[in-house]
Amino acid sequence: MIVNRKKLNFLERLYVPAVIGGFKITIRHFFKKKVTMQYPEEKWVVPEGYRGAPYLVKDQQGRTKCVSCQLCEFVCPPKAIQITPPGPGGLPEAGNVEKGPREFEINMLRCIFCGLCQEVCPEEAIFLMKDYSLNGKSREELIHNKEKLLAMGGVHNDKIQKWKTKADEARQQGL
Amino acid sequence: MSTNAKIETPPTPAPVEKIKVKVDGREVEVPKTMPDGVTGKPVPTTMIQACHAIKVEVPHYCYHPRLPVAGNCRMCLVEFGTPAMGPDRKPILNPDGTAKILKSPRPAIACATPISPGMEIYTNTPNVRFMREGILEFLLINHPLDCPICDQAGECKLQEYSVDHGQTSSRFAEIKVHKPKRVDLGPRIILDDERCILCTRCIRFTRDVVGDDALGIVNRGSYNTITAYPGKPFDNNYSLNTVDLCPVGALTSKDFRFQMRVWFLKETKSLCTSCGTGCNVVVGSREDRMFRYKPRENDSVNATWMCDHGRLNYRWIHNPERLVQVTVRNGAAATVSDWKSAMPQLAARLKSAAPGTVAVIGSARQTTEELFLLAKLARHFQAVTDSVPRTGPADHLLLNADRNPNSTGAVFTGLAATPMGSNLGKIAEGIRSGRIKTLIVFGEDVTRHGIGADLLARLDLLVASDILPNATTKLAHFVLPGCAHVEKRGTFVNVKGHVQKFMKAIEPKGDARAEVEFLKELLPTVTGWTAPRSLEGLFNQMAGEIPALQGVTWAALGDTGVRVQI
Ligand code: SF4
Ligand code: SF4
Ligand code: SF4
Ligand code: SF4
Ligand code: FES
Repeated sequence: MIVNRKKLNFLERLYVPAVIGGFKITIRHFFKKKVTMQYPEEKWVVPEGYRGAPYLVKDQQGRTKCVSCQLCEFVCPPKAIQITPPGPGGLPEAGNVEKGPREFEINMLRCIFCGLCQEVCPEEAIFLMKDYSLNGKSREELIHNKEKLLAMGGVHNDKIQKWKTKADEARQQGL
Repeated sequence: MSTNAKIETPPTPAPVEKIKVKVDGREVEVPKTMPDGVTGKPVPTTMIQACHAIKVEVPHYCYHPRLPVAGNCRMCLVEFGTPAMGPDRKPILNPDGTAKILKSPRPAIACATPISPGMEIYTNTPNVRFMREGILEFLLINHPLDCPICDQAGECKLQEYSVDHGQTSSRFAEIKVHKPKRVDLGPRIILDDERCILCTRCIRFTRDVVGDDALGIVNRGSYNTITAYPGKPFDNNYSLNTVDLCPVGALTSKDFRFQMRVWFLKETKSLCTSCGTGCNVVVGSREDRMFRYKPRENDSVNATWMCDHGRLNYRWIHNPERLVQVTVRNGAAATVSDWKSAMPQLAARLKSAAPGTVAVIGSARQTTEELFLLAKLARHFQAVTDSVPRTGPADHLLLNADRNPNSTGAVFTGLAATPMGSNLGKIAEGIRSGRIKTLIVFGEDVTRHGIGADLLARLDLLVASDILPNATTKLAHFVLPGCAHVEKRGTFVNVKGHVQKFMKAIEPKGDARAEVEFLKELLPTVTGWTAPRSLEGLFNQMAGEIPALQGVTWAALGDTGVRVQI
């Protein structure tokens, strides 16, 4: 297709009106509210429900909420989670919960932030939190172990506290 | 399967009168009586057996085909009808000529109600579904719902039936009755009374199958509690079968407890190697680590049970000491080698051995195929051969006094002397006199069986294949790392002549290889005889050459094996 170039008229050939028009726009934006964020000095606060990195949480009594049921390990599509169950002795510090993970690793190089682990967890022990920028100097650094996951996860204010209720009920019934 | 006379067919039971019944509208013909699961005496056929005969599943907890019927869980309730009889004791007919069926006003438990001619069983009516829902609601009233920490989760009948037949939510708002948890029942078993659904399978098993009346129920109503006899641990050699029988997570194995969730376990059909019975098992493994044995049904060997001794005897497979390198020793210095360079060296050394100067000792723990190849090697050298007998106390159920899994195979292949072990002294004598200069040992530490280190030091060539290091492998000129049975395929012949195969569950560690593989590599150079390439072919070739195995093929072995005459 041939596009015929329109001949510019005199005013247009002067360019000055166009330059002035450009300045107008620049000046208007100059006085507008700034939208650019000075990352990384400034960080974006993600909205509620954002699916960031998965972390483990403790309950109000300081018990690691995860009971190592390994459902998240099973459901995780890229197989990012690897859990070492406690073995025959269980976890003595877990009290009437009996179980907890001996080791819990999430390979953040594999995780796709799908949130299925949080969805499947029957104990509300793993949550996708607000961290979206994960980087490290080595691959190992990005395999989060139990200690790291718990430190990042913090305490979850559990309203049901099913294991504590169970223990209290059993005590009341003389067991 | 071939019709060779040597293969024993199970004795055909005397013909029993057949009865025609209808299950969900489908007609099925079943024998009037069937052998009782425990005693084998003929007892009237029940509705659940008729349903199972045409593969209609009736959910059940307390019923088990190998236990006496208890009829206490009510999960198997079904509706049924019988032909209506007139006053003349003749069936009343419908206008279209079919028998008029009188539907029973009340349901019946399928596990304990005998069938009668013309009976109609309905397993999927709205009423039946409603009853199942009700039973499950009752079972869950005091159930702790420990699934996240319960070892049974994933193979729990309460979970399965709840999903299939239960309600989605509970109407029970009261506080649950709590019962003892983490009860130490015995050396191998932990009991969680809250999870127990009181089906009494465990009680019936240990009382009626094992003959050890160790368990019982105490207290009443919702406080019903399973317990062992006070002051007496539940420790018979079959106690772990109750863990398999328990439909829920009340009885759990201390050995398997909190090791791995069952849905990760790959299941491989295998055999127990701890005695000559050869119980059929399923190996549970994940990522090349073995976690447990579970018995597998085989009516001609172990029914559905296995003993605790065999079940827990697997730790050696993951022993960190395992031999994982080919080692060649010249004089005092042992050097790590590999298959590629060690095999030609070994073949050359063996080739130069003169007939009559060689002895071969093959363990009766090796597979029949391995022993067959060893026997070929031995025949080439006109070697003295033997296996090592291994015995222990037997018991009244499964555990055999012969603790080798393949003694019969060693006899069949001609490797074992008669009686087994009688040639060991001759071999020792031969080495002492200098007549025997080469000794090939597979799977035994001969220093513990009369051929001491001083004698081994006199040999020109000592070849040892084993799984774990021992005094013999320490002195051997060639150490060939072999495989545990879960790392290879093969067959064993049990004490009664049952030929059974086992499959590979996990990969061997390091350089370890299945013995069959490297024997097959060695044989053509040393003897000029080439073995069939596949294990199936090797088995079939062997069956053709061994009279006792005539007519048996690998394919005919199936999952449950073939009985031959011994
Ligand atoms: S968010 Fe998804 S990918 Fe990441 S660990 Fe959880 S389940 Fe796995
Ligand atoms: S699903 Fe929850 S309780 Fe289970 S292992 Fe994962 S984090 Fe732990
Ligand atoms: S017995 Fe079954 S339903 Fe009960 S806690 Fe264990 S897995 Fe869950
Ligand atoms: S412990 Fe298990 S097998 Fe025994 S009665 Fe309870 S549920 Fe049944
Ligand atoms: S299976 Fe019939 S009552 Fe339990």
